[in-house]
Amino acid sequence: MSRQASLGSVASVLRWLPLAIFALLVIGFAALSPRFLSLANLGAILVQSSWLIVVALGMNLALLSAGVDLSVGAVMYLAACAVGLALAHAPVWICMVTSIATGAVFGALNATLIVRLGLPAFIVTLATTFIGRGLGLFLSSTRIVYASAGVADLGRASLFGLPVPLLIAVAATFIGWVILNRTPFGPYVRSIGAEAEGARRVGVPITTVKWSVYTLCGAFAGLGGFISLSQTSAASGAFGQNAEFLAIAAAVLGGTSLFGGRGNLWAPVIGAVLIMTVQNGLAMMNANPYAYPVVTGAVIFLAALFDSIRSRLQARLERRAICPEPIGPVRSG
Amino acid sequence: MTAPSTPLRLRVESLSKSFFGVQVLHGIGFEAHGGRVLGIVGENGSGKSTTMNLLTGVLPREGGTVLLDGKPFEPASRRESDAAGVAFIQQELNVFPNLSVAENLFLAHPPRRFAALPLVSRRRMYAQARELLHQVDLAVAPGALASTLSAGERQLLEIARGLSSEARVFILDEPTSSLTAREAARLFAIMRRLQQRGAAILYISHNLEEVLEIADDVLVMRDGRVTLSAASSGLNANDLVCAMVGRPIAALFPMRAARSATPAPLLEVAGLAEPGMLHDITLRVARGEIVGIAGLMGSGRSELARALFGLDRYSAGVVRVAGRQLSAGDIQGRIAAGLAFLTEDRRHEGLMPDATVADNMALAALPLFASRSGARISNDKLLQAMRSLGQRLNLKSGDIASTPVRTLSGGNQQKVVLGRWLLREPKVFILDEPTRGVDVGAKEEIYRLLAQMADAGMGVLMISSELEELTGLCDRILVMRRGTLAAEFERAHFDREAILRAAFGQDALGQESGA
Repeated sequence: MSRQASLGSVASVLRWLPLAIFALLVIGFAALSPRFLSLANLGAILVQSSWLIVVALGMNLALLSAGVDLSVGAVMYLAACAVGLALAHAPVWICMVTSIATGAVFGALNATLIVRLGLPAFIVTLATTFIGRGLGLFLSSTRIVYASAGVADLGRASLFGLPVPLLIAVAATFIGWVILNRTPFGPYVRSIGAEAEGARRVGVPITTVKWSVYTLCGAFAGLGGFISLSQTSAASGAFGQNAEFLAIAAAVLGGTSLFGGRGNLWAPVIGAVLIMTVQNGLAMMNANPYAYPVVTGAVIFLAALFDSIRSRLQARLERRAICPEPIGPVRSG
Repeated sequence: MTAPSTPLRLRVESLSKSFFGVQVLHGIGFEAHGGRVLGIVGENGSGKSTTMNLLTGVLPREGGTVLLDGKPFEPASRRESDAAGVAFIQQELNVFPNLSVAENLFLAHPPRRFAALPLVSRRRMYAQARELLHQVDLAVAPGALASTLSAGERQLLEIARGLSSEARVFILDEPTSSLTAREAARLFAIMRRLQQRGAAILYISHNLEEVLEIADDVLVMRDGRVTLSAASSGLNANDLVCAMVGRPIAALFPMRAARSATPAPLLEVAGLAEPGMLHDITLRVARGEIVGIAGLMGSGRSELARALFGLDRYSAGVVRVAGRQLSAGDIQGRIAAGLAFLTEDRRHEGLMPDATVADNMALAALPLFASRSGARISNDKLLQAMRSLGQRLNLKSGDIASTPVRTLSGGNQQKVVLGRWLLREPKVFILDEPTRGVDVGAKEEIYRLLAQMADAGMGVLMISSELEELTGLCDRILVMRRGTLAAEFERAHFDREAILRAAFGQDALGQESGA
């Protein structure tokens, strides 16, 4: 029993280690750059994080179901193309709805391939990443697409003193919270992530749930693309590139497992802010821009490493005992 | 012949099922009445769990009718079965450690806040969870993570989940296997309450005394058939055991060559232990000997085999192969020392379904056919060796150089896996359920191969749930129970009833031994 207990405490230390490392980084940045901890800079970090928070919220769902969606970056680009090419004069809210719908349709395509053909999510979304980005490049003739003035203004606008991109991220987080914590969908997704066959035996409608997971993930990615476009006003062929990597990293940094089932709603939110904080801190320090991916990559690698060690420990803790304790003759009372 | 107070709830007629072309259920029929407990017993693989899975829509049926309260009952999934009022508490614990206790209880059908919206009412869910937890006497908070529960508590949680529906029929598949005596007594009290409510209870258990005590009627199954169906009064454990075994042993088993009186030991295991899994296992397999391991599912047989081959850790004990001591987890060292292992799961054996039979067999032996530099493989020599191996295995296959392995029957696929190991000429071969899901013809050939290998000097350690094949083939049988070796039988003293009693934990009839 004591051995089990010590395994359990090692597992919980590993759970918090990424956040501890992050805290050290923040202290380091603050020591090296006085401007880093200024209120204006911290606010800027949150605004910069908005698009990643939204994309990571969707990715979090896919990871919780023991799946993944590598196509979120391509979806962001497709959404930007849809808004920039077809809706130059449309009202802003139509642009936003169109982005979400573009993502949802693309996500539904992923879901159909995954659920109907029974292909691994990794393979399907790896392929659709290239299809999606290729389609965007084809539609835009590889030229930069521009946001309409209305969309670009939205990216810089404020409401009640708060930047609109951040408000959209907060709204998306609230929707994610309702879905994950207040509907049956949350436990469904987690149970599938823990053991899909067991979930089926218990009566969880796993095809419907998986289908919803990838459609939602696409919708969140489309919205993330819209936020990012409103902030940058323009999207080149590289728009949204590596977003899938950052989104997975955000969820894992925040504590969602790469191996499914374990994690919560706040993980992608916290993780996204962490990643942006590190990038912001490096900029504040005037670090060599080529060092950004090295540092970000190292932080993410450590988070994934701790997660995998933790998952192995967890599996050993949850092994079913054969001779648990001496059992006397069983008699009905 | 039933009293008016016990209406016919469930009527099952000629239920059939086959897996991989092997018939596992042959027209099962029985009745269950409201207010009565129907105890169902049978050996591993006799078809009890399959029957229940067919009843509740977990597996698709292949024939037969089921009437629930007189109406046809054909659920396409667990969901439909639950909704129709048939609660199924399964042998596999479907408890999700990453969900809370309440979420586990109401996973499939959480209480809603508004009928029209899919919003969960946490307050009502927790209140109902507290009520159910109170019923099974489980003192945990509804919001606690299920990973914090012990094995027995998880079993109670699984039972509580079944209670959450207002079911008319309850199926309990070995619910007491990980319960303490106190927890089991609690379960029986719950069952009596359900009986009074007019529910029919189907109770599957390996504990014969327990079944006779709480069941009103008993159904015994063997090889997918019903061999006994009677009221439990007037039956004793011996009657049940007789109905569970007892089939003339066909001449499936090969003659064995005579062995020297004191053969050298090839596999020696002393004091092998892992907390919660294995307890003080000491055994030896000698040159030319076939040793069988009997025991119920979950008694630790597969865990022992995996530990012996180094796949799982063990915290104490010594494993020697051909005199060479091997450290825990050293699989390469074991293979080098001449140990081979056939796992119970053929799908995970690493058969490449689309590759040819020859390529599949050659996989483990490629280095043997490489030129001295180790880089080039002599294809002609390889193919020649594969053809002779195919003949030795009596493979039913097209040309082995062009036939993909997926087109072979289950039995022939198993022979390909066996052949792969044989190429390495192992000294000791551990096999876990080598004939599971295999038709009778292929079984006979696998027996013949094992006997040949033993006669040629190999030591064989074979796990099987089929008592018949153990008694037919083995020189010695070890019986496992709850992670320990409970008994050992020499060939001259093979007694199927005694072996079963050891596996069930009954040293003498009517008396249960302390574990």
